[in-house]
Amino acid sequence: MATKILIPTPLRPYTDKKDAVDADGTTVGELLADLTRKHAGLKAHLYNDQGKLRSFVNVYVNDEDIRYLQKEQTPVSPADTVSIIPSVAGGTDKAEKGYGPFSTSAVAEKGSYPFSRSVDELPQLTNDEVKRYSRHLIMPEVGMDGQRRLKAGSVLCIGAGGLGSPAALYLAAAGVGTIGVVDFDTVDYSNLQRQIIHGTPDVGRSKLASAKDRLNAINPHVDVQTYEVALSSENALKLFEPYDVILDGTDNFPTRYLTNDACVLMGKPNAYGSIFRFEGQASVFATKEGPCYRCLYPEPPPPGLVPSCAEGGVLGVLPGVIGVIQATEAIKLITGIGEPLVGRFLIYDALRMKFRELKLRKDPDCPVCGTHPTVTKLIDYDQFCGIHPAAPEPITVNTATEITSLELKKRLDRGEKVAILDVREPNEYQINRIEGSMLMPLGEVPRRYAELDPKAEMVVHCKMGGRSAKAVEFLRSVGFKNVLNLKGGILDWIDKVDPTQPKY
Amino acid sequence: MKMTDHRIGVSPAVDDAIRRHGEETYPHECCGALVGRDGVTATVPLPNTTEEGPRRRFLVRPSDYRMAESRATELGGELLGFYHSHPDHPARPSQYDLDHAWPTFAYIIVAVAAGRAGDMTVWWLKDDRTSFEEGELHHGDENSDSDTAQAVHR
Repeated sequence: MATKILIPTPLRPYTDKKDAVDADGTTVGELLADLTRKHAGLKAHLYNDQGKLRSFVNVYVNDEDIRYLQKEQTPVSPADTVSIIPSVAGGTDKAEKGYGPFSTSAVAEKGSYPFSRSVDELPQLTNDEVKRYSRHLIMPEVGMDGQRRLKAGSVLCIGAGGLGSPAALYLAAAGVGTIGVVDFDTVDYSNLQRQIIHGTPDVGRSKLASAKDRLNAINPHVDVQTYEVALSSENALKLFEPYDVILDGTDNFPTRYLTNDACVLMGKPNAYGSIFRFEGQASVFATKEGPCYRCLYPEPPPPGLVPSCAEGGVLGVLPGVIGVIQATEAIKLITGIGEPLVGRFLIYDALRMKFRELKLRKDPDCPVCGTHPTVTKLIDYDQFCGIHPAAPEPITVNTATEITSLELKKRLDRGEKVAILDVREPNEYQINRIEGSMLMPLGEVPRRYAELDPKAEMVVHCKMGGRSAKAVEFLRSVGFKNVLNLKGGILDWIDKVDPTQPKY
Repeated sequence: MKMTDHRIGVSPAVDDAIRRHGEETYPHECCGALVGRDGVTATVPLPNTTEEGPRRRFLVRPSDYRMAESRATELGGELLGFYHSHPDHPARPSQYDLDHAWPTFAYIIVAVAAGRAGDMTVWWLKDDRTSFEEGELHHGDENSDSDTAQAVHR
């Protein structure tokens, strides 16, 4: 049952100068044990103090690295040829000085991947942690090394909203050592339908404070870092630097492009997810070999073309599915197990309950990760997209065509004849309305405006004033003279005039 | 002259090639294979494939190692060891070098300070893996004595 093992130059002094020797065994592990029995001098150079193969010792069975087979359990027969092939590594000590084992990524440079950390540098688990992670530890794919990789690992969640909530909860539970969260919002009642990291008592609190409490409650061993800022071209590189994986849970294009570009420039993988109404998407972008978001969509869409969740709505459970897929990918990237969602674009349709997968290729002409990139530093995306993050419905109205809620109320109270046109969608109209208003969704106005009297005094409103401004502009362009936009929409009306109605 | 069992000759061309490679890749580390029989007569520059930051690490992956071994055979010599640079760092092996060292190989380190190659040293791993032993680099040119070799290396 002897199998031939090829010996590399530096180990030949231990095998009587032979470049090939025979050993017995049915697996690679048994074979190497027999080899080191016959040639004792080899042992110290092949195995570390824990009896594991050293990280720079590569064992191949017929040109296949056993790391991609069954490791030391890989079966061998006399027909196989086993080769021991060195990786030669070295470098200076600078990195070790001043950095603890937890922050090896703090000095990571472009192209650095968390799973390439050497096992010897990983932090140990305490007894409490061993107990907590036992269901991970008993799976050989994760095991002690994988759990220690998670402990050494770090993920930055952009946003503690729909996607960031479930992702951060599971990352904390799984034992990712450092979780960063970037957000600048406060918890609102309308968040609770999907942002499960926050609870009803948290309404009005900062999302970061609420998230940190919840994550620490789930797992006190996790270091939660919070950053109360809006991600910008100024701060993105600095924020991303200490992290292994960036988890994109953003809800708008400027931040999504910014996150993608910063990940490409820094060589950090981007666990991407996005959601809209009943459909979600996920992928892993900006790995060295894989495509980035711009390979798919080179430039952001023109402002106003794509509605946000605040406008389009979202099924509450949807970000749960997508956020957890993102967390799964982050964990796989850190532990180096499985096949990451690189070069694949996953689309999930909750209504049909279907997953589809599109192949994505790295685009050599990609403006940021291609061979001749035109985007070589971060751009101020707000201006370039024409969207301001603080105002999702851009209100660009001439104040001469506006009316306030209180003025409208006064005119109605005086008995003036004012027609009120609501340009929201029917389902919004079901939630709240101004008495006596007529519903005509913005999209229907161009073909239905003939139903309206062009000479009538008219006030147009929507939720916040953005869509109604567009309607006013259109109606004036087709000859309506006395059309005014209700400033602040129905939300302002409820605040100032009719607080009995619910807001959304 | 140092008291050591280990000495290795390098030809002027090899000396020059290692220095130039270190300067070219500065501020990143360069790496390559040393080929010869009694002394180093050729170098095989290799790509630094580290994923941990090439300013402070180098990695020769298994496929390149195999390539270097077959290149050595082609050139009628054998693989004697590897060289790498220490950008802005002395030409002394690090703990990391020690942890990843192979026995019997010669490890040549060239210090590259601010883009200029400086000291060049050679090291061998002790058999018990506890440390490196510094060896002696001497010029491959038969006519040169150790003084001129030192001069070249400064």
